[in-house]
Amino acid sequence: MAEKIGVYVCHCGTNIGKTVDCKAVADYAKGLPDVVVARDYQYTCSDPGQEMIKKDIRELSLTRVVVASCSPLMHEGTFRRAVGNAGLNPFLFQMANIREQCSWITEDRHLATERAKAIVGAAVMRVAYNEPIEVKKVPVDPNVLIVGGGITGIEAALQLADAGKHVYLVEKEPTIGGYMARFDKTFPTLDCAACILTPKMVFVGQHENIDLLSYSEVIGFQGYVGNFTATVRRKPRYVDEEKCNGCGTCETKCPLSVPSEFECGMGKRKAIYRPFPQAVPSTPVIDREHCLYFTKGVCKVCQKFCPSGAIDFDQKEKVVDLKVGTAILATGFDLFDPSRIKEYGYKRLPNVITSLEFERLTHASGPTGGKILLKNGKAPESVAIVHCVGSRDRNYNEYCSRVCCMYSLKTAHLVHEKTEAKVYEFYIDMRAFGKGYEEFYKRLLEEDVTFIRGRVAEVTDVAQEQSEKGKLVVVAEDTLLGIVRRIPVDMVVLSLGLEPRKDAVQVAHTFSISRSKDGFFLEKHPKLAPVSTAADGVYIAGSCQGPKDIPDSVAQGAAAAANALSLIDRKEVELEPTVALIDEESCSGCKICVGLCPYNAITFDSTKNVAEITVALCKGCGVCVASCPSGAIEQQNFTNRQLLAEVEAICA
Amino acid sequence: MNKAYDKSTRIVCKALDVKISELDDWNCCGASAYMSIDELKSHLLSARNLALAEKEKKDLVVVCPACLTTLNKTNHYMGENPRLKRTIGSALRAANLQYFGTVKVRHLLEVIVNDVGENEIKARVKRSLSGLKVAPYYGCQLTRPFGEIDDKEFPMLLDRLLTWLGVEPVNFPMKAKCCGGMLAMTSEKVGLNLARGLIQNALDNGAEMISTICPLCHMTLEAYQGNVNKLFGTKYNIPILYFTQLIGLAFGFSRKALGINEELIPSQPVLEKYLEVVR
Repeated sequence: MAEKIGVYVCHCGTNIGKTVDCKAVADYAKGLPDVVVARDYQYTCSDPGQEMIKKDIRELSLTRVVVASCSPLMHEGTFRRAVGNAGLNPFLFQMANIREQCSWITEDRHLATERAKAIVGAAVMRVAYNEPIEVKKVPVDPNVLIVGGGITGIEAALQLADAGKHVYLVEKEPTIGGYMARFDKTFPTLDCAACILTPKMVFVGQHENIDLLSYSEVIGFQGYVGNFTATVRRKPRYVDEEKCNGCGTCETKCPLSVPSEFECGMGKRKAIYRPFPQAVPSTPVIDREHCLYFTKGVCKVCQKFCPSGAIDFDQKEKVVDLKVGTAILATGFDLFDPSRIKEYGYKRLPNVITSLEFERLTHASGPTGGKILLKNGKAPESVAIVHCVGSRDRNYNEYCSRVCCMYSLKTAHLVHEKTEAKVYEFYIDMRAFGKGYEEFYKRLLEEDVTFIRGRVAEVTDVAQEQSEKGKLVVVAEDTLLGIVRRIPVDMVVLSLGLEPRKDAVQVAHTFSISRSKDGFFLEKHPKLAPVSTAADGVYIAGSCQGPKDIPDSVAQGAAAAANALSLIDRKEVELEPTVALIDEESCSGCKICVGLCPYNAITFDSTKNVAEITVALCKGCGVCVASCPSGAIEQQNFTNRQLLAEVEAICA
Repeated sequence: MNKAYDKSTRIVCKALDVKISELDDWNCCGASAYMSIDELKSHLLSARNLALAEKEKKDLVVVCPACLTTLNKTNHYMGENPRLKRTIGSALRAANLQYFGTVKVRHLLEVIVNDVGENEIKARVKRSLSGLKVAPYYGCQLTRPFGEIDDKEFPMLLDRLLTWLGVEPVNFPMKAKCCGGMLAMTSEKVGLNLARGLIQNALDNGAEMISTICPLCHMTLEAYQGNVNKLFGTKYNIPILYFTQLIGLAFGFSRKALGINEELIPSQPVLEKYLEVVR
């Protein structure tokens, strides 16, 4: 039976109409085989435009529709819905792009019109071979996996749990809280980080809808949107979380002290420890590398004194599988390692410290009880703060780490508040972009901090003059004065940039998501889908996507939770319709496609000796289709017949 | 005094079984004034050396960081700039030469540390220099601009080598700063001040001697030490030896074979304290 094809050529105002003679293209289309109607129209995507198509389908019994207008990315969905509403299968519609691929790229009206005719002709030939496709739906598991228990993961977990959804929050450290738990004050309001964070941590620990899996890591993630299985490795704490009441006796009694990671090595912790007193969960862990029982087979003092019998030296690693429908990655960032910049002298020159070490120095419960002190125990008389360490630098990271200008201002404020020291800030550009940030900068300008505009060239203890003896000399070109400045100070604080986590490659691979050039996780769209990823049902939030401050991280945590909720409450999701299908008869079992599939959608059935595609995982990228030497794989809506018809029409 | 660098280089390479042969018909690398006056001429001089080395299918090893930088610069620019590559190509053709860009240019220090390595060197140490405090001086060009062979600002290659020889490399924060040699003609005072800073820093850190890897640095620190003293009223008298001379000493070669009697500031008073028989 011959098809009845309707063709609609859109002027798109002057976007197409100015360079393409749309009426001539429509007239040309009328002469093509099986075309029963062809019209040109000002704005085909408008309501009257869509109505016109629907009316033709009903009155002229059209079986196929071609719209020649913009890119399918713009309005393919619009027209498929319109065609579907009029009773045709949406896949019996074909879009011909005569805007981005025609009118916008040439000025010659004659050539543009001829080109438009060729494109429309190809679409008409192709649409005759389009086949109806039924879109499959699968149910969505309402449980959510959240990876990372920093402020971003905490916010996402609480939003979802409060909405009644069950959350598995996986954190690799013994406690949640992330970097924020180590900060003293937060910019620009200077409220204490712990005061606003720890209540949220407690809620997470107590929430009936949150399963907190601390000291654990996700090692596998299989399945498809709405139906994932996460494999989680739970490292042994050697303390039973059920029995432990968090009294802390074990920590007091443990005889062995080692440098505390939480305090950047500046303070001590015991071999059985909680990173900090408000840790959640409050159950301590035994550090196997140092514990006297594990290293020398003696001691067991903690076990002797534990009032609830919670110490269990025989605890083993456990691997658990969790069923979830969606996942939120909030794995955060690593700090730049400043010892890579040798000329700044970190680890070589005492009193060159990092911004995180400064946070611990100034923190009331830190190693100095909140006093800003030099290594010799004296208060500094002068402090230099160095911006952009590892950021905005082609040798290390080209991007701006966004948070350093603001936290450097906070550093300056705290030094000013707590000591008599003279404060110098060396900056490249001052970036105070957020709400209340510029006001905070202004406040610091009035606090008598000396701002020097110039990237620091080096920090040296080689004195050139008497006044520099025994000091750290910060050398920088002052780009406002055009001279080289040498400023002798007692302490240098390096404001470290933010980097992707060292294991971001593996995590991205585990969750089948991509990373951007800088190594951070890649969002689906930088503006319009900032927390979605190329993997449906997997969301990213916070600094794992790029450097972010606390307000932005919290906003993204909540946004990712809302995205997950929207998916869960839809109850079922539509799967990608244009999937690839394998013809078992033609498959030679060579397995080439298995390794190439970027979504791990292809498995090999060794009994039948053929490759199999899990349709729910397929994204319709077409890689397997192109790679199959036997031509055994065909992608729906991109069949050989359809594509060849297009090519034939263009070449004719 | 550069004769000493030549002698000690040949003797040490032979002892370490590093097969070097002098590039036949070589010319100036194109450093010196060319680079600032006519860059193309500088590239052409470099390219001629590179073309000659490519014919021999060997790495081009130099003992001067300025040669290293200049040759590498031509290599790099030819790879980046097709027009320059064509210009150089036609100039070379006029001399019946061609260059495909395959030659690797290396400094001898890096060859000895990375290719020969710790074990081979330690095995050949026959004489103890134990306790001798040496400031390892790299100069400004060995690791810049790309830092391919060592950290740009704080290299360690020479420090490691000296340790293998039993010598004690002192902490030397100025080890990769400019010696001032390039300014000797144009801004003498500025240049001498740079040299002064280096010598002072070496002495402040307890060095009895400075070891160099560059003939120009070597000349600046040694031949201009008197000028530094005159200008700044200092009384510096610190000997300067090439790294190859120190290797040779540790390997047991005679002072004469290594040119250790030709320096302007005698090293003998320092060496005597550590080498009982240095004759």
